[in-house]
Amino acid sequence: MTDKRMTEADVVAELRDGMTIGIGGWGSRRKPMSLVRAILRSPLRDLTVVSYGGPDVGMLCAAGKVRKAVYGFVSLDSIPLEPHFRVARQQGAIEAVELDEGMLQWGLYAAALRLPFLPTRAGLHSGVIDINPQLRTVRSPYDDGEELVAVPAIALDVALVHMNRADASGNGQYLGPDLYFDDLFCMAARRRFLSCERILTTHALLTEGSVHTLRINRMMTDGVVEAPNGAHFTSCDPDYGRDEAFQKEYASTDWSEFKARYIDVDEAEYRRLVTR
Amino acid sequence: MTGGVSLAEICVVACAEVWRGDGEVLASPIGIVPTIGARLAKATFEPDLLVTDGEALVVANPLAVGAGRHEKVVEGWMPYRSVFDVVWSGRRHVMMGATQIDRHGNQNIACIGEWARPKAQLLGVRGAPGNTVNHATSYWVPNHSTRVFVEHVDFVSGVGYPSPTPFHEIRRVVSSKGVFDFETSDRTMRLRSFHPGVSVDDIVAATGFPLVVDDAVQETRPPTDDELRLIREALDPGDLRGAEVR
Repeated sequence: MTDKRMTEADVVAELRDGMTIGIGGWGSRRKPMSLVRAILRSPLRDLTVVSYGGPDVGMLCAAGKVRKAVYGFVSLDSIPLEPHFRVARQQGAIEAVELDEGMLQWGLYAAALRLPFLPTRAGLHSGVIDINPQLRTVRSPYDDGEELVAVPAIALDVALVHMNRADASGNGQYLGPDLYFDDLFCMAARRRFLSCERILTTHALLTEGSVHTLRINRMMTDGVVEAPNGAHFTSCDPDYGRDEAFQKEYASTDWSEFKARYIDVDEAEYRRLVTR
Repeated sequence: MTGGVSLAEICVVACAEVWRGDGEVLASPIGIVPTIGARLAKATFEPDLLVTDGEALVVANPLAVGAGRHEKVVEGWMPYRSVFDVVWSGRRHVMMGATQIDRHGNQNIACIGEWARPKAQLLGVRGAPGNTVNHATSYWVPNHSTRVFVEHVDFVSGVGYPSPTPFHEIRRVVSSKGVFDFETSDRTMRLRSFHPGVSVDDIVAATGFPLVVDDAVQETRPPTDDELRLIREALDPGDLRGAEVR
């Protein structure tokens, strides 16, 4: 099997200005933050970011990396509103595509299945229709004739996800309570990079969790990065919970100060700084 | 029971009441008071409800809100993927917050001001558009004022009346002042009950649109002794409920 191990810098080297990048996780939970930090340290710009958004979206906005954000929400969970995302929206600094959470799932799933759209009732009669002129409706071809929203496929250039474990060939394993939509992000993307807390030999995967935890298989990944504490400060159950104190510091510190302290350093130094 | 009943405890019971009669559906409360309410409903008059630990586990026993390790009797698994399936299947009754709500039950949690460049960016629409057209929805407003109960919402996140689908129902709005429903001929908001110590005039004055007030209006029922014991000892021993109501 192909050895897909690489570093955060190798992943960033595969990215280009203007790409559409999907980021797994949910809110402030199991986000591939070491990969996000690597993007923050790079000269990349004009990105379209697709996410059930948390600090990934907030930081990328703060650093001026985002041209367009596609989201159902952006929240830090225990801190409901993401401060940097709010500023970006209120200053008109980014283009926004705001969708119902389920519509976002449907868009990713349509891309994964190579379908042009998937139909749903979600969005009907809501403001989402008014602010997204690209959205169209479709009428059921059957006797019911119901009018539904046709959620267009959200095709991604790249997906970034973080898992608890993986093997070197890119089989990913989540050990927490929820996969979120990480499999759909991978399936909707042309290039897929997975970071994980620990890379194990393949035969060790089932000593960590049952076969049901192996939801990302190697057909769905192009690169694997070993990133201990890689989701920090978001949660990565059961390996660690959210670092609430650090999240509070992030949310209440001026971005340039936060960036100088925690982003303009390498990942090893970041790990040292946050292990307090 | 010793000690007077607090406003937050009245609100918890009013929230619990929204799920009465729902049977075997997923109760999805957003916020502390609705969460205590849903767990109270399950522990008392609506035992068939499904409630989660706030993340992906369906829990059969009455769980306390807030931090701390509690013994969970896990009866099922409800990751977000399954939640969305349940939403679209209709076996769910959500109680969401509302930064703004109008007389037709349109709710806004997305932004204040023009969406294109908002004065205040809020959460985003989250699941509100899909929730409201697929299953029963109620709202919790811990800070009843004319800033929340508005003539027009700045953005329609949750869809109000007239019902756009046969599955749409705005069941109830519980606020820090009273309980509201849409059981009127034109489906506009009606005052169902006022909380003890709050007058109908107070509520009318704190509401930014003409509210229907008819002869059926009454005082919100107080908790029973059994409910108070459950709230104070089992569901919220750390008294998180008080801080949420303003």
